[in-house]
Amino acid sequence: MNENPADLAPELCVLIAAVLGLAGGLFLPRRRQWQVAVVCAAGLVAGLAAAGVAATRADLMAFDAFAVDPVTHVTRITVLGSTLAVVALARGQVRDHPRETEHYVLILLSALGTVVLGATSDLLVLVAAYLLASIPAYALAGFGKDAPGTEAALKYYLMGALLGVLMLAGVTLLSGIGRGTAYPVLRVGLADAPQAAVAAGVVALLAGLLFKAGAVPGHFWVPDVAEGAPPAIAAYVTTVPKIGAFAALYRFGAETLPDAWPALLAVVAAATMTLGNLAAFGQDNVRRLLAYSTVSQAGYLLVPVAMAGRTDLAQPAVLYYVAAYAVTNLGAFAVVVATGRDDLAEYAGLLRGSPLVGLSLVVCLLGFIGTPPTAVFVGKVLMFGAALDGHYAWLAVVAAVNTAASVFYYLRWIVPLFRRPSVPSPPARGASAVAVTAALCSLALGIGSGIALS
Amino acid sequence: MLALVIFLPLAVACALPAVPGRAVAWTWIGAAVLDLALVAAMWVGHGTGGGVSFETNVRWIPSVRAGYHVGVDGLSLPLLALTAVLFAACAVYSLRRTHRVRAFAILFLFLETVCLGLFAALDLLLFFVFFDLSIVGMYFVILLWGHGDRSRSALKFFLYTFLGSLVLLLGFIGLYLGADPNTFDMVELTRTPPLHGGLGGLTLLAIGIGLGIKTPVVPFHTWLPPAHTDAPAAGSAILAGVMLKMGTYGFVRIAMPMLPDAWRRYALVMLIVGLVSVLYGALVALAQDNVKRLVAYTSVNHMGYILLALGAAGYASGDAGARRLAVTGAVTQMVSHGLVTGALFLLCGVLDDRAGTYDLGRFGGIAHNAPVLAWLIGIAAFASLGLPGLSGFIAEFQIFAGTIGTGTAATAVTGALAVLGILITAALFLRVLHRAVLGPPGELTARVSEVRRPELAALVPLLALSLLIGVVPRVLLDTIEPLSAAVVALVGR
Repeated sequence: MNENPADLAPELCVLIAAVLGLAGGLFLPRRRQWQVAVVCAAGLVAGLAAAGVAATRADLMAFDAFAVDPVTHVTRITVLGSTLAVVALARGQVRDHPRETEHYVLILLSALGTVVLGATSDLLVLVAAYLLASIPAYALAGFGKDAPGTEAALKYYLMGALLGVLMLAGVTLLSGIGRGTAYPVLRVGLADAPQAAVAAGVVALLAGLLFKAGAVPGHFWVPDVAEGAPPAIAAYVTTVPKIGAFAALYRFGAETLPDAWPALLAVVAAATMTLGNLAAFGQDNVRRLLAYSTVSQAGYLLVPVAMAGRTDLAQPAVLYYVAAYAVTNLGAFAVVVATGRDDLAEYAGLLRGSPLVGLSLVVCLLGFIGTPPTAVFVGKVLMFGAALDGHYAWLAVVAAVNTAASVFYYLRWIVPLFRRPSVPSPPARGASAVAVTAALCSLALGIGSGIALS
Repeated sequence: MLALVIFLPLAVACALPAVPGRAVAWTWIGAAVLDLALVAAMWVGHGTGGGVSFETNVRWIPSVRAGYHVGVDGLSLPLLALTAVLFAACAVYSLRRTHRVRAFAILFLFLETVCLGLFAALDLLLFFVFFDLSIVGMYFVILLWGHGDRSRSALKFFLYTFLGSLVLLLGFIGLYLGADPNTFDMVELTRTPPLHGGLGGLTLLAIGIGLGIKTPVVPFHTWLPPAHTDAPAAGSAILAGVMLKMGTYGFVRIAMPMLPDAWRRYALVMLIVGLVSVLYGALVALAQDNVKRLVAYTSVNHMGYILLALGAAGYASGDAGARRLAVTGAVTQMVSHGLVTGALFLLCGVLDDRAGTYDLGRFGGIAHNAPVLAWLIGIAAFASLGLPGLSGFIAEFQIFAGTIGTGTAATAVTGALAVLGILITAALFLRVLHRAVLGPPGELTARVSEVRRPELAALVPLLALSLLIGVVPRVLLDTIEPLSAAVVALVGR
């Protein structure tokens, strides 16, 4: 058994940064807590560097439960990169806040849980990672201690606790009938087990993972948290935990191959994208609109997850789409943070007032639609390819119709940008930089997708 | 060379924010004319031979075997030239524009790159990238510079054509998955057509719907009239002149050579859809009082001829020479329709600029106040209805001769019925001339002043080219004919 801790270097970097930040924050005066942000950012950058180095090495399995393979590499890099952006966004929001240190540390711990969620190939570690990813996020959702924040945190927590318990029940059932918790063991064990019991276990396990992914039926928290939590945290919970959840879903599907997996996930995917789109149509609050858009994007992401093990296109599709989605979603939320405006109508004239931020928003919103040459376009092509190659043509058609329908509400946000300015207010500089970087990354990932895919 | 042609407008667009305000319009014109000169040089370089020249193939997404693969042949060259001509005409026409000139110029230069790139693309994914971007660009043109109920029309345009593009993408992925080894490369897909039997039919259905919406053919044409009515004149000219060709170009470039089996099997469907578009488009145009809607519906009619000819080319049992003639006619029709309808939409823009309306009933006797404008309208109308001596005649004559000459019962009957379309078009254009140009003065006629110099400079080359093709068609046909022979051979496999 391989027990080399160096294989977990990126995770250790994040953990060390969180511990150092927490300990250091205890001794720092309130005005100088920004140093914790620097420590945390340094930990994330070190983690990214370590993950980049690890990505060039051969695949391996650490501690019999932690797979280091392409799925893990992409999860690590996307999660750590997105978290870095979130720390930058949060910096402007919680400056000189009494709990500034805790804010950063909670973000880092949740991100750590997310990476483990995506990398593990053992059901018990999966449960632990689920808890580590969720619990700090509950606290973060209510960080503002205001009424919407409290409501968001409560909803988030209750949904998470309920579906988490269901997931635990599923893990118990699966490990009982599959005679183990590691995926390779389960693959053999579940093949001989009674199909009804396997199906029940998989459904219960999905409850928790779909909650993290923000997919139907675990999506009810998404709009409330996106609207009620502080904007930077809204960006975090709608982006980062999903990355880990999709990686975990894909890994479970591809490595244990349950019989009912494609059909079950295909139905969930179709329901998720359709419900997300229908609910997004009437939203006037941009954060709720983005929240429902993330739900529909989760639906598209579930398409290649459903095709896990059925086609060679499934893995690149999941990984590429999830990275593209993270970049695009962060860019859109960064614009919300930068402008501080929540109402659609308030975005009138943004392109004139601050062309760069406005242009970034246009790129990100068109990116969500899947317009070339943005990153999501390549993700969508791979997704359609995976669905057709996996003989789920109806799912590809549903996804295509949904994509066309989603154009409507993204355009509802783009159109006011061109109107005459209402109140000129310069956007926050740090968040604007994040938005512009995200938009550029989206274009670069789209045009340079050949390099990124290989 | 080809990369320069494609990306020159985009490069100028990127530099345009740094250009001082007064020079913007002239920079735009300069870029468009330079690009036109480059395309002309490329045409001379290609000559009249078959095959692909100026080919570039760079790896883009190797894991799905998609590349930046571009090149020109007898099909793409006429359309590249048409694109460059129309964009240059629009640049000249917009010389006097004052409302957000810089953004307008940037958007049009961007659209020019997109359209040129599409007609040069030899990779399905690259083709799709440009196809989709053209929708986004045109959406903003209608939304920002349109008039009337523009945001509604723009949204309808975007939603409708975007859905079409996604269906098209599904078809492309079908081709990709059907090929062995999987590839998006058009040249390889043409060499060994993938997919036979039922799957081929389904893929053709997806590609046909995707391209049919863009073309547009009945019953997918409903986005076209509102989009044209509310778009600015230059936008309409590009939308009708260049972007509708993307659909018909796709049929010749992708659907026919890559799915020959399915194309032959469903040739009758194409014939019927073409015939319905011809007759329905002409009849609805006849009933219009809004002159811009009228021109928009004649586009449906003209695109119908193209589909009719391409359907006839799918009858493998028919006479090969006639089928080649039909394809040549279809490509000629693309060029001719681009020039003539572009001119007609710019003329509608002139009327709107003077009188603020497109209502036919409120004009009359324009020939009296504005003889040059009246001549231009007259020539454009006759070119559109297919008068001998102008490009429309060359195109439509070849289409009918080819379709009917193919010699099977279906092509003969549909071809003969489609001739009725010409009759109706002739009636409707004569009606326009009677009501607006001749006769007693209408209530708004006093406001219609003579064409201004930039308008004249934009319109005359378009109509002169139409006349040139009408009088000495060999210039164009020599380039197209090797291509149509190749396409007919590919479909006959």
